[in-house]
Amino acid sequence: MTNTHHPHPVKAEARQLSFYYGETRALKLINMPLYENQVTALIGPSGCGKSTFLRCFNRMHDLYPGNRYEGEISFNPDSTNLLDPEVDPIEVRMRIGMVFQKPNPFPKTIFENVAYGLRVRGERNRRTLDDKVEQALKDAALWGEVKDRLKDMAFNLSGGQQQRLCIARALATDPELLLFDEPTSALDPIATASIEELMHDLKKRVTILIVTHNMQQAARISDHTAYMYLGELIEFGKTDEIFIKPRDKRTEDYITGRLS
Amino acid sequence: MEKQDKTAAIRAIIQRGKRWDFLFASIGLLCLAFGLLTVLILVGRMGVEGIERLSLDFFINFPSRRAANAGILSAWVGSLLVMLVTALAAVPLGVGAGVYLEEYAKRNWMTDIIEINITNLAAVPSIVYGLLALGIFVYQFGLGGSILSAGLTLALLILPIVIVATREAIRAIPGAMREGSMALGATKWQTVRYHILPYSMPGILTGVIIGLARAIGETAPIITIGALTFIAFLPPVPFVEGAGLFDWVMSPFTVMPIQMFNWTSRPEEAFQANAGAAGFVLVVMTLGMNALAIWLRYRLRKNIKW
Repeated sequence: MTNTHHPHPVKAEARQLSFYYGETRALKLINMPLYENQVTALIGPSGCGKSTFLRCFNRMHDLYPGNRYEGEISFNPDSTNLLDPEVDPIEVRMRIGMVFQKPNPFPKTIFENVAYGLRVRGERNRRTLDDKVEQALKDAALWGEVKDRLKDMAFNLSGGQQQRLCIARALATDPELLLFDEPTSALDPIATASIEELMHDLKKRVTILIVTHNMQQAARISDHTAYMYLGELIEFGKTDEIFIKPRDKRTEDYITGRLS
Repeated sequence: MEKQDKTAAIRAIIQRGKRWDFLFASIGLLCLAFGLLTVLILVGRMGVEGIERLSLDFFINFPSRRAANAGILSAWVGSLLVMLVTALAAVPLGVGAGVYLEEYAKRNWMTDIIEINITNLAAVPSIVYGLLALGIFVYQFGLGGSILSAGLTLALLILPIVIVATREAIRAIPGAMREGSMALGATKWQTVRYHILPYSMPGILTGVIIGLARAIGETAPIITIGALTFIAFLPPVPFVEGAGLFDWVMSPFTVMPIQMFNWTSRPEEAFQANAGAAGFVLVVMTLGMNALAIWLRYRLRKNIKW
């Protein structure tokens, strides 16, 4: 779509991507790039398919029967097609992390939550685990608040802290792409602000794709924005351009609040 | 004036509604009291009847021709060992089947049929399991009327309970936990091992103990496979007098309800007291197991919240 020269290489690119829940076609022929070390926001009214699109990237749909992908998502540097049935979804999820709408820490200790991804990858060395957990918690701006209570249960943290813990959990395994599915919709404004700030810092090391129903949030944190409607990608471009002079009438209606 | 009428009318309606409230509360209380009283009287009568016999001797004596010397040593040891075998057999089988059905099996007509059958298995009369076990364990496998036969029979009996409890406990785990684990690149088995099993453990344990509490009172299938009604020795203790570690599983045995049944069928009055005392002990054992289930569930659930 935007083929102009871009300082950031393409990290991933959806090509002719369609997705079916059984017979229902939820995504229609989506073509869209994700640029490396950039935040890309997916906006659109409820049911437009933005979460469905996001969950294609880590093959989350494979967990449930009757789902089907068409087209491809090419993932760089090795241009693996993430949707190829030959590609193991577990391998995909080891490279692409995800943060969910509602904070979902495991009912385990703070330490064990962050260490889980490492344990899944077979890490047993205590020192390595300690170091990586500390680093991930620092990267998620949570270390200061929890460093003396790593053995506490995670559900004792506040909602915002829980969400940052989930971010730390995803960061601990050094993902190349991080998916955020409306990560602040269950949080208060202060916690939301801290997550947004965190995302801004994180994009230096990881590419970010975020679904948000909050347009101000998209405008604040993203470099690129995609507007989706009824399973189609209506418009994709630099966030400033989308919000200041959208090319498509439907995008304009949505961001000016005439369509919700 | 009109307003006052309206208020009065509303109050009348509320009054009428409250009469029904009161009526239903009273009926409900009566129903509850009926159930509770029946149980209390039953247990109380057994206790009163058997109280004179409840002493340490009663627990450490073998059964005897003389009522005053008879005890339940072989019976409670037998019950305990049979329960041990039952638990060791039913827990891995039941939990394995439950986890497979919930986490691995594809949803189709086959799993639907299996599901209905498991539910139905729980309703099969226990004597039928006894007959099955007589054919398979006792004769086919040549296990005889042993502790092993009895344990396996009762394991079959409580298997559906364990499977259903496992499945329900697993279903209570939010999908967000599964997704959270899988999103980090975990395999299905890692998800089961680190999340599904630990989080469903309180529910599974409760199911297992409730199953065992049912099994400990079972008489019919145990008699069918040929448990003894009078036995004056204990199974061989491992490594004592040359016995192997597992020799006890092949030993003849009796269990509490059979001992009770044996005593109630004696004509002498004195044995009725023994039966009452044994029944009281059995009820206390069952209640104790249920209490353990409640306590364990409470303890384990404290650390699981979502």
